[in-house]
Amino acid sequence: MALTREEVEHVAWLARLELSEEEIVRFQEQLSAILEYARMLEHIDISQVPPTASVLPMRNVMREDEVRPSLPRDVVLANAPEKESGYFRVPPVLEDTE
Amino acid sequence: MAQEYEVIIGMEVHAQLLTRSKMFCSCSADYVDAPPNTHVCPVCMALPGALPVINKAAVEATIRTGLALNCRIASFSVFARKNYFYPDLPKGYQISQYELPLTTDGWVEIEDDAGHPKRVRIRRAHLEEDTGKLVHMDGYSLVDLNRAGVPLLEIVTEADLRSADEAYRYLRKLRTILRYLGVSTADMEKGAMRCEANLSVRPKGQKTLGTKVEIKNLNSFKAVRDAIAYEVQRQVRILEEGGTIEQVTLGWDASRGRTFVQRTKEEAHDYRYFPEPDLLPLEVSQEWVEALRETLPELPDAKMDRFVREYGLSRKEAWIVVEEQDVAQWYEAAVRAYGAPRQVYNWLTGEIFRYLNEANVPIDEIRVTPEGLAELLRLVDDGTINRNTAKSVLQEMLATGKDARTIVEEQGLAQVSDEAALASIVEEILAAHPDEVRRYRAGKKGLFGWFVGQVMRATRGKANPDLVRKLLQERLNE
Repeated sequence: MALTREEVEHVAWLARLELSEEEIVRFQEQLSAILEYARMLEHIDISQVPPTASVLPMRNVMREDEVRPSLPRDVVLANAPEKESGYFRVPPVLEDTE
Repeated sequence: MAQEYEVIIGMEVHAQLLTRSKMFCSCSADYVDAPPNTHVCPVCMALPGALPVINKAAVEATIRTGLALNCRIASFSVFARKNYFYPDLPKGYQISQYELPLTTDGWVEIEDDAGHPKRVRIRRAHLEEDTGKLVHMDGYSLVDLNRAGVPLLEIVTEADLRSADEAYRYLRKLRTILRYLGVSTADMEKGAMRCEANLSVRPKGQKTLGTKVEIKNLNSFKAVRDAIAYEVQRQVRILEEGGTIEQVTLGWDASRGRTFVQRTKEEAHDYRYFPEPDLLPLEVSQEWVEALRETLPELPDAKMDRFVREYGLSRKEAWIVVEEQDVAQWYEAAVRAYGAPRQVYNWLTGEIFRYLNEANVPIDEIRVTPEGLAELLRLVDDGTINRNTAKSVLQEMLATGKDARTIVEEQGLAQVSDEAALASIVEEILAAHPDEVRRYRAGKKGLFGWFVGQVMRATRGKANPDLVRKLLQERLNE
């Protein structure tokens, strides 16, 4: 169950990680080993087990639709590297065109 | 003969739910007029360790919508993470639903292009959260998280629509249903309802589907219709020329009236959905569903059928007053106050609709009540004013908010039904126009209406027209 080089590059791209050539090779080996290890789960018969969405025995934990105060804006923006007129300021976001 | 083509369309609609608070935190969901980043807390700005809690009202709004769309309500439902990076998405994932949505397998009835009833199947209607808003500046962007976490209902159809007009009618119908339920303003211009279309074209008779494209950014009903019509034409032209359609995501440029490529297949998203570990599953009991079913209003289709049955309207006519709930309520109140559903219908869809269009106001803001219209119509019935006067009195009622009787009294508009008085006016008119009298008597009967008009003018429109006609008949034909 070896991972291809393209798969490693794809996963890295999804996580926005820039990998060096050496890392791509190393992670290809390591990730393949991890998948191989996890593969032993395939020997268990789970045909009668519904997919697990939560291991807790609770259901329907909900709140009533009530408004509570939000944070003061200076607190909201306190950790922002850049801000402007009450907004977070970020590098230009290109509308996904072209 | 030219090759005919078939268009296959599926729609995806996002509607913001009208809850007070956000989907997973207690920040206000009413963000429209709020200064940027003032409806934000650790949960919706995704601070580490902050945990979401499900808003019960949003779940109930989703179930109620599912029922109105004839969906199955899932007894077991799970939230899922949809993973992607975008600056308007603070967590790096959107909490949505994937494999186990709250509602599935419903339908909405619309009219097809031939005017026949048609069911558009609903694949699913699930609950998720909205993203923040980006403002694009010169060389940088600004982020406002007030909208992040507002509850969103995603409604997905099967590929059952066959034309731009059907897609348009489906959307209008969906908007009406959401508004009747009170779950969303469904206002496309304000972004409370957004729409995407999946579309493919194939030669008629071909079994396999054509290549599917996705059109995004359809933010008005007109845009939906125009974009689909444009894209169908574009694809047919390519196929006619022997070309192939590329699988792409398109945007709609309303100002230039054309679609443009936003994303190609190679960049297709990979969302890696998995069950949201921060939220527990939902179990929806039959009792809960039935209790919510009790809260459903009379839905638009049922109301239309009832109006056809009870008020003798055609389906088309009934839909005109049913499409907006407030109009339907106004109509029924006026029918209750006056009777004569047909007459009320004509006044409502004639004079009053004209005023709504010109003044651009909703019916619940006009200054004439249903009872006020009833009083006006009774003044016509008892002969106090004639129909034409009633029209101008109604204009005055709409403009000033005064009641019909007051306007009639103040302006001396009561109809002149005094036979002696009208007879002398008729005499004057005939004496003043001997030529016309001669020509009429010589056989130019078409002049009769002109005489009626002269008498009406002399009485400033107040004469009882039936009486005028009778008097003129007598004098002219003697």
